[in-house]
Amino acid sequence: MALSDQELKEIAYLARISVKEESLPSLKKELEDILGLFKELDEANTSGVDAMSHPLDLSQPTRKDEVTEEDLRDELLKNAPSVKSGLFLVPKVIDGEN
Amino acid sequence: MDLHKLSLTKQLEGLKKGDFTSTELTSHYLNRISELDGQLNSFITVTEDQALSQAKAADDRYKKNNNFSLDGLPIAHKDIFCTKGVLTTCGSKMLSNFEAPYSSTVYDKLDKKGMVMLGKTNMDEFAMGSSNETSYFGPVKNPWNIEYVPGGSSGGSASCVSAELAPIATATDTGGSIRQPASLCGLTGIKPTYGRVSRYGMIAFASSLDQGGVIAKSAEDAALILEAMSGHDPKDSTSLKLDQPDLTKNLNNPVKGMKIGLPKEFFEKEMAPYVLKSIEEAIEVYKSLGAEIVEISLGNINLSLPIYYIIAPAECSANLSRYDGVRYGYRCEDPKDIEDLFMRTREEGFGAEVKRRILIGTYALSAGYYDAFYLKAQKCRQLVANDFSEAFKSVDVILSPTTPGTSFKSGEKTNDPVEMYLQDIFTIPANLAGLPGLSIPCGEHNGLPLGMQLVGNSLEEGKLLQFAHSFQSNTDWHMKMPNI
Repeated sequence: MALSDQELKEIAYLARISVKEESLPSLKKELEDILGLFKELDEANTSGVDAMSHPLDLSQPTRKDEVTEEDLRDELLKNAPSVKSGLFLVPKVIDGEN
Repeated sequence: MDLHKLSLTKQLEGLKKGDFTSTELTSHYLNRISELDGQLNSFITVTEDQALSQAKAADDRYKKNNNFSLDGLPIAHKDIFCTKGVLTTCGSKMLSNFEAPYSSTVYDKLDKKGMVMLGKTNMDEFAMGSSNETSYFGPVKNPWNIEYVPGGSSGGSASCVSAELAPIATATDTGGSIRQPASLCGLTGIKPTYGRVSRYGMIAFASSLDQGGVIAKSAEDAALILEAMSGHDPKDSTSLKLDQPDLTKNLNNPVKGMKIGLPKEFFEKEMAPYVLKSIEEAIEVYKSLGAEIVEISLGNINLSLPIYYIIAPAECSANLSRYDGVRYGYRCEDPKDIEDLFMRTREEGFGAEVKRRILIGTYALSAGYYDAFYLKAQKCRQLVANDFSEAFKSVDVILSPTTPGTSFKSGEKTNDPVEMYLQDIFTIPANLAGLPGLSIPCGEHNGLPLGMQLVGNSLEEGKLLQFAHSFQSNTDWHMKMPNI
């Protein structure tokens, strides 16, 4: 199954992983090899078969609407790369005039 | 006394009788780790201080006669299980600085029963790999021959138990990550039915396939700890609403009259002669114990590998979208904007295999390919599950090799992902159907061990362990340990 450079770049952008230009050829080859495995499924007759999304045939359990989580705010913030006044800090998200 | 030569079950008896203390037992293993792990790299973190204080607490409880059920027994945890206040990396640069703010249910359950954590074991990055060569913390070596891989992704857990640096270790299995390393290191590894063991605090790879379990030196030891890890957990919405099963009570029951199925599709494959020979000898052991051998057919089983390599990457691409450099884990230097932050953090923080799988998964889920790949794979998954349901109407367990061969040399398969994926050809089907599977040692070739796999019907871990224990009571493959 052939992938174009353009397709590969689009997938990488969807996955938000930057890919260096020089690694495109080897990555493309590896992905094409993996995609090549998928051809075997074409032969399987799946008409009338329901999709199996999960090994357990269960409905989503519900519980009483009560607070069960502990307050871990400080603990959780400790792992953040950048924090200010109890908030996660990221580069500016909204474009515009300063 | 060579305390590490005692089985976990015997160690528990010894602690209860006061033959030795948990502090002695724990120190013994900590010494072995510091002496021997330099050549294996099976641990990412050794929690020495915490282990000694847990051991002391256990000893105090024994003195007061109010000990817990597994008090003072040491264990190593795969670094995929969150352990509060302790580095939990999942073998990735992305989480190389992550101290878990809470503990996984698996850790909590064993901790409450008094088990002592020796440390966190090395693993393939985010549990993606079959050789433990994708870890950010370096490859793990096989104690049987350090030029060879221990298997993966639970390679650290298998390597440390095989070298007797821990009597038992937790592990996880998405497509064979407990059973394959157990096979390559000469150990007993069991993956229970999907939903038996809580996934809360177990870092997610492919949520409909991931399941926790153990790697041990015998079925008896595995039963003791798997039982303690199991049971319903309200914090995991896919946890089965069932009580903790009693996995030790039937261990000694005979397998006479029970039926073992051999899937013809597996045995029709080209199989290394030494693998076939070991499996045939194991079958003879079961026949001599009065079990009946039946040929069965799992007509769609050969679709398992492509199904898995669509579904697992698809779920992985969704699960791993959480690693964005914002809330925890690695962040790239000087991001120029938010997009640059995401794209470079993920490019630099993930290793090659993880990125490959995220890209494959993203592709399989993208518009235009969803029906052709993902939906088709889910339908085929149902066909595989149906084959198993049909087979278990006439047999108790299904037997096959665990792996296509013994371990392979480090670096031998790293440049060919598809070749590496073939390692899991016998183990993947049980994950697709959510069934319990175990691997036990049944032979060797050129000084390296080899395992056989038993797959059971849903919730029948007890029966699998009974079959395994009965084999181990009549053979000594599981007693062989590497000289390290």
